[in-house]
Order: sequence, then C-alpha cells, then structure tokens
Amino acid sequence: MKSSLKNMIMVLASICVVTSAALGFVYQLTAEPIRLAQENKLVSALSQVLPEFNNNPLETKQNVSVEVDGEQIETIVYVAEKDGEAVGYAITSKALGFSGDIELMTGFDKMGKILNIQVLSMAETPGLGANMTNEDNVLLTSFKDKEAGKINMKVKKDGGDIDALTASTISSRAYANAVNRAYQAFLKVSATQQGEGGENE
Amino acid sequence: MNGILKNNPVFVLVLGMCPTLATTTSAINGLGMGAATMFVLICSNIVISLLKNVIPDKVRIPCFIVVIASFVTIVQLIMQAYAASLYETLGVFIPLIVVNCIILGRAEAFASKNDVLSAAMDGIGVGLGFTLSLTLIGVVREFLGSGSVFGIDIYNGDGALIFIMAPGAFMVLGYMMILFNKMMAKVK
Repeated sequence: MKSSLKNMIMVLASICVVTSAALGFVYQLTAEPIRLAQENKLVSALSQVLPEFNNNPLETKQNVSVEVDGEQIETIVYVAEKDGEAVGYAITSKALGFSGDIELMTGFDKMGKILNIQVLSMAETPGLGANMTNEDNVLLTSFKDKEAGKINMKVKKDGGDIDALTASTISSRAYANAVNRAYQAFLKVSATQQGEGGENE
Repeated sequence: MNGILKNNPVFVLVLGMCPTLATTTSAINGLGMGAATMFVLICSNIVISLLKNVIPDKVRIPCFIVVIASFVTIVQLIMQAYAASLYETLGVFIPLIVVNCIILGRAEAFASKNDVLSAAMDGIGVGLGFTLSLTLIGVVREFLGSGSVFGIDIYNGDGALIFIMAPGAFMVLGYMMILFNKMMAKVK
C-alpha cells in the first residue's frame, strides 16, 4: 500500500492500540495464576527448609536489612511458629554469582542450626555452578545440620570450611556468601525476638 | 511445508542462531524454546497476512515488530502462569524471540505477500522445522553432556561437560549441519 503521512500514523497507532488492549486482557487473565505459581513455589521452599510448624509463615514476612562486610544487605525473614512459639526462621538472601544474583532460602532452627537450603533463583552455568540446585551437592552438605555460628562460611580455597563445587569457585563463593548474609539476618531477628519475649514475662 | 527439511531454518538457512546455541542445553529446553517460537511465528504470520493490505510500505517493519512483540509478551505471560519451571530456565531468552530473524524474515518474505491460509501453513512448517532442529540439538547435547535424554538417565556419570557449554553448542551444531546436508544431498 502507498504510504502517506496520514495513513502511516493512523495504521501504526491503531495497531499499537489494538495490541496493547490484547496484552492488557491477557495480563489480567494470567495475573492470578502467576501470583499463585509464585506463591506455591515459595510455600514449597518454606516447607522444605523449616521444621514442623502450624502457622502461616507468609503472614510473618518481614524485610530485614543487615550490614555484612560494610554492605547493606536486604533479606526477607519468615518465622515458623508452633503453638504460638517461634521454632524456626526461613531467610531469603541474595549474592552476586558467576552470572547474576543467586537467591537462596536458608532455614534455621531457633538455636541457629542450618536445617536446609533451597535455591530460589540462579542463572549459573549448567553442569557446573548450576549443580548447586542438585540434591545432596557438596555445598549443601557442608552447611546442612551445622551450627551456623561454629563454621567458617567461606569456601576451602579462601580458608573456610565449605567444600566448593567442582570448577565453580565463584558460584560456590556466592552461595556461601548468601548463607552468611542469611545468618547475619537470623542473628538480628532472633535477638530482637528474644528481647520481646523477655519484656512479656 | 518446505520449512521442515528443504528450507530448514537452522541447518539450511542458518537463521535464529542465538536461541539455537543458547537454549539447547537439554532436550526439554530446546523443545520449549522451539514451541514458544513456533506459536509466535504462526500467530504473527496470520495477523500480518490479514493486515497486509492496510499496512503502508514505509512503516511495515515497525508494524510487524509491534505485532510480534505483543505475541511474545503473551507467550511470556502464559508460560509464567502455567509452565513456571520452564519459564525459569528459558526466562531471558523468551523476550529475545522478538528479534529472532526467522519470525521477521517470514513476516517480510512470506506472510505480507500471501493469503492467510498459506501464511499459517508456512508458520507451522518453519516453526516445526525450528522446533525439531532445536530438540534434536538438545537431545545430542544433553546425551553427550549430562548422560540423559529428556531428563531420563541413559548412562552413568556426568558426560563431557563441554557439550553443555557454549563451545559444545557450536561443535554439535556444526557436525549436525554437515550430517543434515549430506543426508539431504543423498535424498535428492
């Protein structure tokens, strides 16, 4: 079709209007399923890392920022309660890996023992750093069931206690870093919670 | 239906190399990427063929891109809602379907000159060709690199890691191109 300024503007504008309307429609249709899918993922991660609980940890969500190595780190803390008493904490934290942020959820019992760790999101190299999502990989087993305060959360190459994944020192460092950040947030939260408990008595 | 073998977008036309090399680390990823691209290709071919008589020549490329980008966003939303785990692995590559030259190429070279039915058939043909090629590369890379196909273990051990990474992608693609073209030459 021959182009004139008028028909160019008209056609392009109407195509944009129609497609935006279609997009808006699909967005509304999928908004609820997307929210549910994300919530499901969070809930399944929570049940993996926390001890038995009978509250809804999603309702206890709080943003906690802690200072680690001079950096202000944002974390999200979920509290697991059994019969009204806090029994564990699930803390999501991020650290910069080999390609982008690695986001972990670390579960602590109230004494600070690491119960389990779930990888929420990462984009590490498949076959190398991405092995951190495997069951019973060396990274996870070096943390799992350990008292967080008693281990040095650095990979062995940096003088710590953590076994690194084969050929993935940077990814492993980020993983250890994220767990450490979660632990710092745990210390802060558990300290204030015990403080509150004291006031009540 | 030329798109499946004679004009196979990956092995013969060598188009759309970015998703081909980047997403075929496993068979299921290749299949997912292929299916998403195929959906966008068919839809955009149909719409562009319908609009071919009202789009002025000078703004045809922006019009095509707007249509394609909308379908890509729709695919992205649907995947996020109903195939969350696949979306996580393919995540960053889905928006890049917009700039996949196969789709714009078919819009420009075929859909904007033909009727709706043949445009849709062209979309199915080229889309199937792309999906099959990506799945095939994914199967080979997953088999050599992690010892499994579609997540089912075939042999023990880790396989040769290099096939999962970028250099392996080039190697597998190159050798498969040779095989494919040898076979096609024989058939002729």
